[in-house]
Amino acid sequence: MNKEEIEKIIFNSLKQIAPDTEPSKLSPDENIRETLGIDSFDFLQFIVSLDEKLNLEIPEQDYGKITTLNSLIIYLTQKIK
Amino acid sequence: MIEFVMPSLGADMEDGILVEWHKKKGDAIKRGDIIADVETQKGLIEIEVFEDGVIEKLLIEPDTKVPVGTPLALINPTNKKAETIISTDAQKEASHPIAEKEITPTLNAVGVNKKIKISPLAKRVATENNINFSTLLGSGENGAITKEDVEKAIAQKQKSLANHEASGTTTEDKTKNASNSIRAAVAAAMSKSNREIPHYYLEKTIDMTKALAWMNRANKERSVKQRLLPAALLIKAVAISLREVPELNAIWDNGLQIKSDINIGFVVSLRGGGIIVPAIHAANLKTIDEIMSMLNDIIPRAKALKLRSSELSDSSITITSIGEGGADSVYGIIYPPQVAIIGFGNISEQPFAENGMLGIHPLVHVTLAADHRAIDGLTGSRFLTVLNTHLQNPESL
Repeated sequence: MNKEEIEKIIFNSLKQIAPDTEPSKLSPDENIRETLGIDSFDFLQFIVSLDEKLNLEIPEQDYGKITTLNSLIIYLTQKIK
Repeated sequence: MIEFVMPSLGADMEDGILVEWHKKKGDAIKRGDIIADVETQKGLIEIEVFEDGVIEKLLIEPDTKVPVGTPLALINPTNKKAETIISTDAQKEASHPIAEKEITPTLNAVGVNKKIKISPLAKRVATENNINFSTLLGSGENGAITKEDVEKAIAQKQKSLANHEASGTTTEDKTKNASNSIRAAVAAAMSKSNREIPHYYLEKTIDMTKALAWMNRANKERSVKQRLLPAALLIKAVAISLREVPELNAIWDNGLQIKSDINIGFVVSLRGGGIIVPAIHAANLKTIDEIMSMLNDIIPRAKALKLRSSELSDSSITITSIGEGGADSVYGIIYPPQVAIIGFGNISEQPFAENGMLGIHPLVHVTLAADHRAIDGLTGSRFLTVLNTHLQNPESL
């Protein structure tokens, strides 16, 4: 899976939980949750959605490593390998 | 015969539009079945029945706006069930000596031969225009329904139909309308509260080290879908603390009326602005996992404004939680007729002194806003102390 495919899955999942936002307009180093106004509950739904689409469980202690689009893509790319 | 009436889904609701019937005359219904959709300020709500029986008659046409308490349908209860209900009610009375009065009964048992006073002319006009006169309030002698009353009802019906056609032409308009009406509902309830309820406020800082450590351990054993959030723990801790300080789990209606069921209203913020407060029923009897799975079900539906009547109507206390990364404290405004609201700020790492040692601990500022007509500061303080004790023993939650 390449970067563009991962990005597409991220955007779809974010759009699902925050339908009024434009995730594709996020800058790479912006804090995703702050910019899109995602609360703890929505964030958990996002993690569940990534798990379903990528078959990949993100442990809670890694939440700090995936705060921006850039860091999330790097994290997922490494995990998928 | 039982009258199924337009339920009140909160102190701020005055009327609702019956949008669609899901059942028709002669249908058998079970307790908990969705009988109709009603449009309220809080979105399109599925209305449930609380009785087994058979629909005898539908009294209100779809697209009609009616005040809270208006009979919508007649239900013929299943005999055996009716007897059971009487006996369980009697048992309930006996086992809960604390007086409990439902402020908004959804079902009213009425005599079958309720005689309606209506003039022959009014009756004919009503029949011709398809108006159900049994729901009208008469302004004539001894409450008799006059031709004028019927004409008013016809005008009202036409107006509500016209409004309904005019509104909701696009999904965007509908969302905007819903958002505006929720704003109005919040404004009405909060103004009433601030006007009538003498609030007092208490605050306690609670160390969340043990509770979070317990939750992190629990989450390691769970799949992503079953993961817990601190909110589930906080709800459970509040619920069991209320067993020990029941005065807060109550309503104020010409005096303090303590509720036997602990139904916790949980504030959900809507993305477009406004809030909605679905209830977690009998939270003290549910496990933390059960509360979490209820939140997983109810929060997305609340955000989409797709709740059921029972989920909006019977909270006995409210919790508002700011969540991760937000403000440190929240001082709530009580949702009438409740007497208390508990606020949790963001859980954050802060310096904390314990046994003469200073350390860094995850702390949460918990606030209580309570109705001073109903309860005093000492009771409120006792509640916060009990809550702290429970959160220091998460394994027993």
